[in-house]
Amino acid sequence: MDTVLTYIAAAVGVLGTLAVCFGALLAVAHRFFHVAVDPRQAKIEDVLPGANCGSCGYGGCAAYAEAVAKGEAAPDRCTPGGPECAHHIAEIMGIRISDFVPKVAVVKCQGSCEHTHDRFRYVGEHDCRAAAATQFGPTACPYGCLGLGTCVRACPFDAMVMDPETGLPRVLEERCTGCGTCAEVCPKNIIEILPADQYVHVLCRNRDRGKVVRQVCEVGCIACHKCEKVCPVEGSAIHVRDNLAEVDLDACIHCGKCVRACPVGCIGNFRTLREERKTHPGADAA
Amino acid sequence: MTMDVGYAELAIGSILISNLVLAKFLGLCPFFGVSRRTSDAVGMGLAVIFVISIASAVTALIYRHVLLPTTPEHTNVLGALGLPVPEGGYVLVLKTISYILVIAVLVQFVEMVLRKAVPTLYRALGIYLPLITTNCAVMGMALLNTEAWRDPANGLPVHLAAFNGFCGGVGFLVAMLLMSGIRERLAERPVPKPFRDLPIAFISGGLMALAFMGFANLFGIAV
Repeated sequence: MDTVLTYIAAAVGVLGTLAVCFGALLAVAHRFFHVAVDPRQAKIEDVLPGANCGSCGYGGCAAYAEAVAKGEAAPDRCTPGGPECAHHIAEIMGIRISDFVPKVAVVKCQGSCEHTHDRFRYVGEHDCRAAAATQFGPTACPYGCLGLGTCVRACPFDAMVMDPETGLPRVLEERCTGCGTCAEVCPKNIIEILPADQYVHVLCRNRDRGKVVRQVCEVGCIACHKCEKVCPVEGSAIHVRDNLAEVDLDACIHCGKCVRACPVGCIGNFRTLREERKTHPGADAA
Repeated sequence: MTMDVGYAELAIGSILISNLVLAKFLGLCPFFGVSRRTSDAVGMGLAVIFVISIASAVTALIYRHVLLPTTPEHTNVLGALGLPVPEGGYVLVLKTISYILVIAVLVQFVEMVLRKAVPTLYRALGIYLPLITTNCAVMGMALLNTEAWRDPANGLPVHLAAFNGFCGGVGFLVAMLLMSGIRERLAERPVPKPFRDLPIAFISGGLMALAFMGFANLFGIAV
C-alpha cells in the first residue's frame, strides 16, 4: 500500500512539473505573440449576422467589426443585418444613426424563353460567366440574361430561384438582404441592388436602336420616349439616354403611368408585390 | 540502439504506404472539414506538420526517459532522481495524459503564432485549429512511434520519431492537397442533390484510399 501511494505521488509530481514548465513556456510565448483586441470589436462581431457576404465592402464580418471599432466604418453598412443590427452596433459604439432603408436585388431583364431566342447552342460549363466569355453568350440580345443560374447559386441567403418557365432568375424578396453577391457575379451586370422603397424600374439593359432590339427581344426597350411624355413629374422622372429608358429614383413618385404607357411592357412596377408582402407575408413564396 | 529503420524507409512508409489519412483513416475531421479550398488545406497541413513533428519528438523523449523503466539503453529520469518506479514503468498510467498534455500545449502555441502572424488563415481555419489537439492523427503518430512500434520496449529513438512524425504530417498534407483539388472541381459539377458537398467528398476519399492501397508493401517496407 505504501509503495502504491508513493508511485501515485511520483506520477502526480512528474505530470505537475511538466504542466508547470509548459505553462511557463506558453506564458512567455504569449508575451511575444500577444494581439491586442478592442473589446467592442468582439461585441460587434457577435451582433453581426456572420454570413461574410461582403456587402459592407469589407472582407467579412470580422473585418467590418474591426473597422467599426476603429472608427473607420459607419455602423449601418451591414445590409443583411438591417436596421436592428445597425442600432445594436450604434449602441455598442455609443453613436447615433439616421433611418435605414433596406435594399433588394432587381433583375433588369425580362428576356424569357417566350420573348427572345438564342443565336447558337451553348455547350460548356453551366455558368453564366463562362457562357458570357463566348462572344457575349448564346442569347440573341448581347445585354440579356443568360439564364444559367450563376446568381442563384451564388446567393448566400437562398433568396433567388431560377424560374423554369421563363429561364430568368426570380428574387424572393422576403429573403433578399441586398448583400450584392448576385450583382457581383452576374457577367452582364443585369442585377442591381436598389432601395426597397423604389417601386418602378426599367427592366431592360439593351442600348441598341429600337429596330435592332425588336429583332432580338419582344420586351426590350425601344427608346420610343412614350414613358417620358406621360410622366406627370415636372421635367420627367424617366429619361431615355443612349437608347435606353432609365428611372430617376429621386424624382419618381411611383404613379405607374409609364408602366401602362410602354408599348413593349419593359417597365416593371413592384409596388403591389411589395405591399402585398407587407400585409400577407409569405404570399409570393416559391 | 535498435536502428533497424532508415530515414528513407520511414519517409516512404509514413507518406505513401501507411498514409495517416488514406491508409490508417486517422485525422478525418480536418480532412473533410478544411479541404474545400486549397489555400485553407495547405495552411491546415502545415500547422499539422509542425505540431506532429514536435509532438512526436517530445513524446518519444517522455516515453523513453519518464515512462519506460530503466534499461541499459536509456535511463528513467524518475529513477535517477530517486523516485520510485514500478515494474513495467509508468507507461500504462501516464501515457495518454502526458501525450495529450504535450499536444495541447503545442496547439496552443501554434494558435498564438498564427493569430499574430497570419490572421486570415487563423480565421479561415476557425474551430479546426484547436481541434488538432483532439486530432487522432497526432496522438496516433505519437503512439505509433512509441508503444505501438514494433519494438515497444524501446520505441523509436527521438530523432527518428521526430522524422517519422514529420513524414506523417507530410503524408497528411499530400492527402489534403489531393482532396482539395478534387473538391474544388467537384463543386462546379452537376452532382445529384443528396450527394452534394460532404457525401461525394466521402466517396472520393474512399476512392483515394483504394488508390493508395496500391502502395502497400512497396519495396518490402512494412512501417
